[in-house]
Amino acid sequence: MSGLDVFGEAGFLTSRLDEALGWARKYSIFQYPFVTACCGMEYMATACSHYDVDRFGAGLPRFSPRQADVLFVVGTISHKMGPVLKRIYDQMAEPKWVVSFGVCTCTGGFYDNYATMMGIDTIMPVDVYIPGCPPRPEYVLDGLLKLQAKIQAQHASGARPAPEPRPEFK
Amino acid sequence: MNASSLIQAVSSRFPAAVKASHSYRGDATVIISGEFLLDVARTLKEDPAFQMNFLMDLTAVDFSTFGTKPSPAFFASSGIAVSPAPEIPDQDPWPGPPAARFVVVYHFFSLALKHRLRLEVPVGEVGEAEPEVDSLTSLWAGADWFEREVWDMFGIRFRGHPNLKRILMYEEFVGHPLRKDYPVNKRQPLIGPLN
Repeated sequence: MSGLDVFGEAGFLTSRLDEALGWARKYSIFQYPFVTACCGMEYMATACSHYDVDRFGAGLPRFSPRQADVLFVVGTISHKMGPVLKRIYDQMAEPKWVVSFGVCTCTGGFYDNYATMMGIDTIMPVDVYIPGCPPRPEYVLDGLLKLQAKIQAQHASGARPAPEPRPEFK
Repeated sequence: MNASSLIQAVSSRFPAAVKASHSYRGDATVIISGEFLLDVARTLKEDPAFQMNFLMDLTAVDFSTFGTKPSPAFFASSGIAVSPAPEIPDQDPWPGPPAARFVVVYHFFSLALKHRLRLEVPVGEVGEAEPEVDSLTSLWAGADWFEREVWDMFGIRFRGHPNLKRILMYEEFVGHPLRKDYPVNKRQPLIGPLN
């Protein structure tokens, strides 16, 4: 009997457990909507009955970061708001994911001025980017499905690869 | 009162204060020097002929780079915004940029008499760090936040303001972003890399 066979069964068990955990997590997304701007209207449209985000198991937003799995950053983030958003993110328990909703949170969008943060990925890792100004609900649902695929593929421990360092400008 | 009679009334009441006046599309503007601001504002508010009980807006303009860039093509060729026709005979509808760097702009409205007047106060020389003008908080409580915004964005101090601190930007912010010499690409993030 080789060494591999000894751990064969256990390895099978672990991978099945990962899969089960991923399946459970991706269909029970508790989101924290961090809504600061006009994208919030599109977020509400997605959450309401016509597009019905509840079909994907993300129908119950939690208004405490400590109860949430996914941080939805919806709308322009200014430098003044940056520490607040970072604190919300730090308060969430692992495993946690971040969705960047709208171009302003992805890159700063059409803002290029003294007040606006040029993308929230300058202060926290982002899992899914949903660009658009604002993104249509179909985009949002597509982004949610991509997030679910990512959660499913993730290891059960919740370990994530370290975010790539962002190049510094100027 | 209509625009021209408003200008007439203010000019005859304060001949020493009024530097210039103009009117365009019925919007009367009186340019006064800063030391008369409180007197003129109090009269505008309390005199039964004016009754300007509503301070609609208070803002500022930085003229330090005025005329150094070409106008957008539309306005340059249309002739609408560049040289409006005079509404008051023998009076230039817009006398041009002021000698000072900034202009603090006040918009008054009378809810009783339904007339409005714009007051402009030129302040600050080109080299002056923090020009100062009298605060109107003693007359209109609503001037409080307007003046804080002008201080925040333009760095103009208001003499006698009870709580002159930044209102929109954070306390750590250095400089005044709506000044023309604030670099357009300058970023002052509170956290995170410089971007």
